Amino acid sequence: MGEVKFFFGPNHPGMNGNFSVHLYVEGDTVVKARPIPGFLHRGFEKLMERRLWFQNMALIPRICVPEPDINEICYSMAIEKIAKIDVPERAQWIRMIVLELARMANHFMSFPGIGGPLGLYTGPNWGVADRDRILDIFEALTGARVYHMYIIPGGVRKDMTPKIEDLIQKTIDYIESRLPDYENLIFKNRIVHTRLKGKIILTREQALEMGVTGVGLRATGVPYDIRKVDPYLFYDKVDFEVPTATEGDAFSRVYLKFLEIPQSIKIIRQALEKMPAGKVNVRISEGSALRYRVPKGYAYVHVESSRGEYGYFMVSDGGEKPYRVAVRGASYPQGLYGIEKYMPGTRIEDVPVWLATMDVCAPEIDR
Amino acid sequence: MEKSFFAPTKAWKFLFRKPVTIKVPYEKREASERYRGFHINDWSKCIGCGTCAKICPTDAIKMVEVPELPQEFGKKPQRPVIDYGRCSFCGMCVDICTTGSLKMTREYVHISPDPETFIFMPTEKGIHNAEFPLGWTRDADSDLLDLERVEMEMVEAEERVKSFIEYVRGYSKERAMKEASRCVECGICTDRCPQHMNIPEYIKSIWNDDLEEGLRWLYKTNPLSSVCGRVCTHRCEEVCSISHRGEAIAIRWLKRYIIDNVPLEKFDEILKIKPEKKDKKVAIVGSGPAGLSAAYFLATMGYSVDVYETMPKPGGVMRYGIPRYRLPDEALDKDIAFIEALGVRIMTNVKVGEDISLEKLHEEYDAVFLSTGFGLGGSTKVPGTDHPDVIQALPLLRAIRNFLRGDGPKPKIPRKLVVIGGGNVAMDVARSMARLQMMEYGEVHVHVACLERTYEEMPADMEEIEEGEEEGVVFHPGWGPIRVIIEDDKVKGVEFKKCLEVFDETGRFNPKFDEENRMVLEGDMVVEAIGQAPDYSYIPDDLKEKLEFKRGRIVTNPSQQTNIPWLFAGGDIVHGPDIINGVADGYRAAKGIDEYLKGV
Repeated sequence: MGEVKFFFGPNHPGMNGNFSVHLYVEGDTVVKARPIPGFLHRGFEKLMERRLWFQNMALIPRICVPEPDINEICYSMAIEKIAKIDVPERAQWIRMIVLELARMANHFMSFPGIGGPLGLYTGPNWGVADRDRILDIFEALTGARVYHMYIIPGGVRKDMTPKIEDLIQKTIDYIESRLPDYENLIFKNRIVHTRLKGKIILTREQALEMGVTGVGLRATGVPYDIRKVDPYLFYDKVDFEVPTATEGDAFSRVYLKFLEIPQSIKIIRQALEKMPAGKVNVRISEGSALRYRVPKGYAYVHVESSRGEYGYFMVSDGGEKPYRVAVRGASYPQGLYGIEKYMPGTRIEDVPVWLATMDVCAPEIDR
Repeated sequence: MEKSFFAPTKAWKFLFRKPVTIKVPYEKREASERYRGFHINDWSKCIGCGTCAKICPTDAIKMVEVPELPQEFGKKPQRPVIDYGRCSFCGMCVDICTTGSLKMTREYVHISPDPETFIFMPTEKGIHNAEFPLGWTRDADSDLLDLERVEMEMVEAEERVKSFIEYVRGYSKERAMKEASRCVECGICTDRCPQHMNIPEYIKSIWNDDLEEGLRWLYKTNPLSSVCGRVCTHRCEEVCSISHRGEAIAIRWLKRYIIDNVPLEKFDEILKIKPEKKDKKVAIVGSGPAGLSAAYFLATMGYSVDVYETMPKPGGVMRYGIPRYRLPDEALDKDIAFIEALGVRIMTNVKVGEDISLEKLHEEYDAVFLSTGFGLGGSTKVPGTDHPDVIQALPLLRAIRNFLRGDGPKPKIPRKLVVIGGGNVAMDVARSMARLQMMEYGEVHVHVACLERTYEEMPADMEEIEEGEEEGVVFHPGWGPIRVIIEDDKVKGVEFKKCLEVFDETGRFNPKFDEENRMVLEGDMVVEAIGQAPDYSYIPDDLKEKLEFKRGRIVTNPSQQTNIPWLFAGGDIVHGPDIINGVADGYRAAKGIDEYLKGV
């Protein structure tokens, strides 16, 4: 039996976004895999250098479609770090709420989404419907459902109202009540167990060697979460746990995401309680938004996204536009090196599972 | 084993529940209160400044000329057009809108096979002409403009009234840059400025801390920036787009900041004015704003220019009218020094018409520019105004400045002064006299009465009135003089009657009075500051016959050329009423003379 090459993606139902992998298979087993990125390359980092500091707020959310807020927070925190700006406390709490909501929204696409490659289509349908309830919160709070452009350097754009707080309370209560359904449907499902448990193992050594973070690393027993390791915003003032596992297989990677949802709910509840009244933003610079300037300097900031460590390295030459912005996408290591190095040996039907559980997110690899 | 087999079947209970989706388009779903949907734009508020187009990160907004819109100061006849193929619905245009006319609604559905319909000029109605509730609106948190002006440091009223020192201190570098950072570069100010100075450009150069560039922008249009940076009537600030929601940019003070912070010695090196010399000569009569402006622009074109001035020093009203606390001699000297450095000769103490005739100038020069200004004052001509202690504003201001310069005797300082008039000249008299009284007697007793019934109606700048009040000047708006009260040949005061209306329905000056309602202001001196008049006695009769006059002013073509081809005119005798209009006249005249001389 000779080697057969075939193309997986960019238009394939099992593919995570606009991304392609060239598979060389012998029988059903992959012997060589070549990731083909670039379908979504829009040159974000270069585009940012040509836009004003504030104008970039409309551009950066597009680096990650399902969870745009991590871009806003990284961009904002980097500017605040360079310009040494103290953000009002209320804004920090609101930011945390937004980030945790975004994490949940992303997880609701991601962990039920495993039903796609497995043929369990109830999962994705439920997940998208429940995610939409979180998007309703975003719509009420930020004015848009997907690209919020809400977290800005210096704070957030608009204040949270009691009405929105109420909506958040109700929604997270509802989501909490839905979790047993998901557990029964997906994580107590024998088919899911058969397909995921003990499959596609990423060992601790492999994860550390490539620089995989997020659930990929936590599933190997390393409790690495930026929120705990290097707390930003007020994550050191809230009580939450970082779920870990030791198996390092596909099932634990998916299950950890599910376990993070109650933690996010816990954080949001505490944030709503602890949030003081007050201003929600400060100016990062004098003048109108057309003339914002950030002092000369550079900063690296990182946050825990739903896929792992997400960071921005930003350089300012003191002008009206960023001098350089470099984005560390959380799925970059596994999405490029990981596929090439560790996908061989996988069976064809497990390739979509590989890509889904490894959190390969095309737009943030391509940028 | 059994658990993992039966647990997923619990999902079957959802078979009997209603779907969570809604049937669009049969069912409508309203967007949230802050939703960033399609735009609406209130045309009655929109000024076409284009700030929305500037902030737009996706270049979705273009400003499009709307010919039907009226041409008026402070508004541009253009409106934003939004390309919804590019729009990212970020709402920055709404947050930065200088007037608050642009808003977003909760409307979010537009389906059409015609791509042209996605390019849309918002009006009060949305994209489908349907009423939708408002969505994203700007509030104090999301505002992207900086509305507060950087305060100018001034000498306190108690202190400044004791002397004639310049009380406006000028911006420091930090403060000037902060003020410059508020500008949105709409250029509405440029349209309004009579001389169309490149205001956004020079403000930007302050923001970039490049004062040499700023100076180059200033000298493109105005050689009297040091003067204008202090006493310009700043019509630009009245129309500043920031002024719709906040305080206008301090354009005048920023101009002053540039010119004050570049040393005169470096002007030559920065401006690099090296014109090719021409063999034509131009004479200029009068060294006021228009004359000096014309002299500068002609000199930059390479003409040799001679300026004739009656007074001992050049500057006209800038030297002999405006009080020193507003415009010190040094500021004026700086502007004039650079004009002279370009080779302009200023002949002082030469009165055209007496020392040299206009015909003689015509013989010796290729063209003549008249800018003699309004040197005579007007009188109310009420009984008693012929008394020697009832004096005219302009000669008094001249006398005060001469005295302060050490060129003249001390003018008579009354214990109690009444000023008639509500313009800036009246303010200058009142505030100058307040200072002299303070210096002489230690107390201020100056009363100003004018026909206009409110401070807003008064032609004087509001800040002049406010600052005058701080210095102890008392204002009585809405009173017209009846007579000057004279007892034992001494002025005792002025009797006034209440003014009901200054202008009639047609807008003409035709005051109506309430004869019963009267008032007396005490004073041992009265100053009339009710307008100025030109003195054309130096123009010979045969030329005067050829010239056309309209309400005391010489009629010219747009190039400032009179009916006599070699004779050009500008400044107060053509347009008025302020320095920047004089500069504009000088600029136009220089261009007109250049064209005329090229044609000869």
